[in-house]
Amino acid sequence: MIDDQEKIEQRNDPGEGQPGEEGANTPPSQWKIMWRQFKKNRLATTGGALVLLFYFSAIFAGFLTPHTLETHFGSFIHSPPNYPRFIDSEGNFSLRPFVYGMKKEIDMETLERTYVVDTEKKYYIYFFVKGDSYSFLNLFQTDIHLFGTKEKAPLFLLGTDKLGRDLFSRILYGAQISLTVGLLGVILSLVLGSILGSISGYYGGMIDDLVQRTIEIMISFPAIPMWMALAAALPSDWSPVKVYFGITIILALVRWGGLARQVRGMVLSIREEAYTDAAKAMGGNDLHIIFRHVLPNVFSHILVIATLSIPTMILGETALSFLGIGIRPPMTSWGVLLEEAQHVRVLLLHPWLLAPAVAVIIAILSFNFLGDGIRDAADPFATN
Amino acid sequence: MTAFIIRRLGYMIPTLIVISLVSFIIINLPPGTYLDVRLAELQRQGSSTAREQIAQLRRRFALDRPVYVQYLNWVSGFIRGDFGRSFAYRKPVAELIGERLALTVTIALSTLFFTWLVAIPIGIYSATHQYSVGDHFFTLLGFLGLSTPNFLLALILLVVGFSLFGTAPLGLFSKGMADAPWSLAKVVDLLKHLWVPVVVVGTAGTASLIRIMRSNLLDILGKQFVNTARSKGLPETIVIIKHAVRIAINPLVSLLGMQFPRIISGSTIAAIVLSLPTCGPLFFEALQQQDMYLAGTFLLFLSFMLVLGNFFADIALAVLDPRIRYD
Repeated sequence: MIDDQEKIEQRNDPGEGQPGEEGANTPPSQWKIMWRQFKKNRLATTGGALVLLFYFSAIFAGFLTPHTLETHFGSFIHSPPNYPRFIDSEGNFSLRPFVYGMKKEIDMETLERTYVVDTEKKYYIYFFVKGDSYSFLNLFQTDIHLFGTKEKAPLFLLGTDKLGRDLFSRILYGAQISLTVGLLGVILSLVLGSILGSISGYYGGMIDDLVQRTIEIMISFPAIPMWMALAAALPSDWSPVKVYFGITIILALVRWGGLARQVRGMVLSIREEAYTDAAKAMGGNDLHIIFRHVLPNVFSHILVIATLSIPTMILGETALSFLGIGIRPPMTSWGVLLEEAQHVRVLLLHPWLLAPAVAVIIAILSFNFLGDGIRDAADPFATN
Repeated sequence: MTAFIIRRLGYMIPTLIVISLVSFIIINLPPGTYLDVRLAELQRQGSSTAREQIAQLRRRFALDRPVYVQYLNWVSGFIRGDFGRSFAYRKPVAELIGERLALTVTIALSTLFFTWLVAIPIGIYSATHQYSVGDHFFTLLGFLGLSTPNFLLALILLVVGFSLFGTAPLGLFSKGMADAPWSLAKVVDLLKHLWVPVVVVGTAGTASLIRIMRSNLLDILGKQFVNTARSKGLPETIVIIKHAVRIAINPLVSLLGMQFPRIISGSTIAAIVLSLPTCGPLFFEALQQQDMYLAGTFLLFLSFMLVLGNFFADIALAVLDPRIRYD
């Protein structure tokens, strides 16, 4: 039903695929068809929008967060989330949201800290307020935040950690590490996998055998234990930046094999195509054929594999950092944030520490939706 | 067929040799050895003979010999079932690993069973009720299951379990049962605890299996012979179960071999969170303490299971699919 309606609408729609846009006789390009298919898939577009939103928040984390990565609130350790309100305790409505202050109370029996809302103190929230200074895109120092309070106030959207640092701010900063590890790792394994995969598939014979046997042995190692063993081998005196690149390389090294195999399979079939023979007959050399004819044809598949591999990489980093053998503080990723949530007793008292887990799950979900959508769109013969 | 199996087995031997070599190299990668960890420990305790003790240990574990001699020593013991000694536990590795390996396989097999038991009916339902509310619900649930890393699921389950029942579903045995010798009571106790790791580890696999089963069955349901069966007047259940499902399930069998090692690898971190007496936690501990033979043997066995899984998958595929040529 819905599909039919859409078809009719498309036929009546004068915009796409009509003269004036790309000439009467030229068919729309492959990318145009893919985009058209992709747009129809609600889940995929939502996933894509969320992925963009995630990267956007990561890039502008300094501006979007009320506090910085390391802003400590010594008197608000493990504070629960403190929400902005519009209606105060007496029922008065204020258009400008505000947060109440927080009072610490210690339970004399269990000696546990609890925080209660202090309705005496009100802190109004303003846009573009001056707060702690941070570096904007590493270009210049600034202290303007999208939102915040004028005085130092317990504005904790998702609570605080064991050092009294705002979890919401830290999750946004953590995205910078978690999301780039995945992206860099995938790019690295893509480069390795595509080059070796296409060489292996294109030349065949001895080279193919050698590459395939190597890959076979590489994928004989279970990914997660292998990641753990390699991550544990990173020297403990490395700087956090070195560890960051170390982890990225480890994630990529363990994963490129499967990718190279898939590329090889596709190259094998393209090698038999008539246009490859034609290019050869016209005197094109191997490099020309691989880069001009073979790789562009497998590119959409590579894109799908890449999108679907990013979640695995994000997961790998999160798992390693969660165990304490991945990214090292003061560098902060979602896994580093989750390290604090390892113990059930801590979690029961402070359940908001699981918030980074929600970020991880939503990010992975978005990537999966996006990747699935691209896969469906990339296959012109898919019926669904 | 026999020739195919023998040749396939022959392939495995060089692979296994390289795996043992790579495992050994990786385990030796970290700077320093267990002895450095031990030395720091002894010095902290203020032992005056720390250096002599360490020198003695170094000789006993043959750590003063060249690396390739250490490797050959380690590998040559395999035939006798000797995988070296654990430094930290001062026990043979084989002794430490045996029960944990058995429990790991138990969990993996139960998980596999659970995965199929849940995924196949749901997959059939989703395919026969395509785009219904139930189908959308399971699709969404599947995506969510696929996107939740199992160690996070374990954490969530622990918190929920604790706040509902007052105890966290940790471990595989009740208190006091863990060290008891094997008996019927212990097996029953194990079964009572087994569901937590099975659900935690199995969720992602179930989700992907549902999706595969659904799309396979949808493909088959569009085929002519299904229409033929219907036009003969067969009841719909017979058409689906006897004609469509049997064929749709076939390619899944070849997935079995891949699923098993994936479950074992994937359960590593969840096992640490749930503190299960399986390979994962001990492997992690061994890595941190640079207990190299223990960690190396784990890596070796996990990889070995993967190779074995692939082997069985190939055989199963060859048996099931007459189009595959053996030569």
